[in-house]
Amino acid sequence: MSTDLATKIPEVLGSQEAGILADWMKEQVTATTVRPDLLKEGELLEQSEQFLSLIRVAARGNNLMDIQGPSWAPLREMLGELSRSRAIQGFTSSETATFVLSFKQPLFTRLRRSHDNLDGLAEDLWKATALLDKLGLYTTEAFIKSREDIIGRQAKEVFELSSPVVELWQGILGLPIIGTLDSKRTQLVMETLLERIAQTQAQFAIIDITGVPTVDTQTAQNLLKTVNATRLMGAECIISGVRPQIAQTMVHLGVNLAGVITKSTLAGALAVAFKQRSLAVMPIVVARS
Amino acid sequence: MERIPILHMGDFLLVTVQVDMYDKLATALQDDVCRRIAETKASGVLIDISALDTVDSYIARVMGDIAQMSRVLDADTVLVGMRPTVAITLVEMGVALLGIRTALNAERGMALLSALRTGAHADASGRQ
Repeated sequence: MSTDLATKIPEVLGSQEAGILADWMKEQVTATTVRPDLLKEGELLEQSEQFLSLIRVAARGNNLMDIQGPSWAPLREMLGELSRSRAIQGFTSSETATFVLSFKQPLFTRLRRSHDNLDGLAEDLWKATALLDKLGLYTTEAFIKSREDIIGRQAKEVFELSSPVVELWQGILGLPIIGTLDSKRTQLVMETLLERIAQTQAQFAIIDITGVPTVDTQTAQNLLKTVNATRLMGAECIISGVRPQIAQTMVHLGVNLAGVITKSTLAGALAVAFKQRSLAVMPIVVARS
Repeated sequence: MERIPILHMGDFLLVTVQVDMYDKLATALQDDVCRRIAETKASGVLIDISALDTVDSYIARVMGDIAQMSRVLDADTVLVGMRPTVAITLVEMGVALLGIRTALNAERGMALLSALRTGAHADASGRQ
């Protein structure tokens, strides 16, 4: 590349910052992807200013093709942060990428004006396109990454919420299970239940499987393991909410539930626990005057 | 050689395991418990393992053996204070510790032993 074809991108970015910003803002607020409901114009202006000043500094390094380089680190960080915040605010990926891509129009206009040589202009347009495309892709990637993080965190939260241990009575814990019991979930259920038993020194644990749609051999084995672990700790485990179909399936599968107390309702299980603890629930007799 | 102390309390023997169990220590404990039951004519043995972080299959077997031997010598055994992680590991290994009674803590274990002796509610909170 000869010197007369030297890029004017850094120079344009440096000398015409204010003009570019104004044009770019106009471009952004009139675009179809603008979301005034999610992001105020002032905030957008602030982000645009920040982007512009960072890209100006980064472009000075003259390596416009390598956005992974150290001189681009502050800009990458800023775009990553922006994508994260937009992912949380509920922007779509194209709305987020447009932030960077809409920068092309004002930049290209300025480049056209500052070049008198067609070859130089073509060269610079190509460089600017490549650069902004890379930045746009980087933004999209960061956006998707943050979305995945959010999804992952939510999945974990749902997972943890799905097995709460409740204290039904003093010394009687209840564990309503809703949804399929796979081995990962059983592990969590077992751990939380045993931890709570150790913590509260509860003598009874009632596992209610009313919300478990189907029971296969794996699920049954997992349930048995939980019951056995509870007993090893010195507490008694009762399984309640066994529906007729599940009882049939268990017998057909040949699951040996001998020695495990099973009840069809949670109330039944609670009654067993009450009885073994010598407790009774009885109506209050009000003396009539 | 290191030995696990066995305390004689009323009608019962009290074993508190405070150190990490290794195989030799476990077999020594087995000997000691049997000997002490015979000496003291104790009617129950309470083994507290609440300080144990890990219990391997051999130790678990020795515990089961102690329970059965005590049974033969006419004493009941209660294993108390097993930690959740230990319980999970044992279950995952397929060790069910059948034939040994368990209780949540030493107090409950003592109550269980007394109940077993008087035969009041034989299988209230323990297991056979």
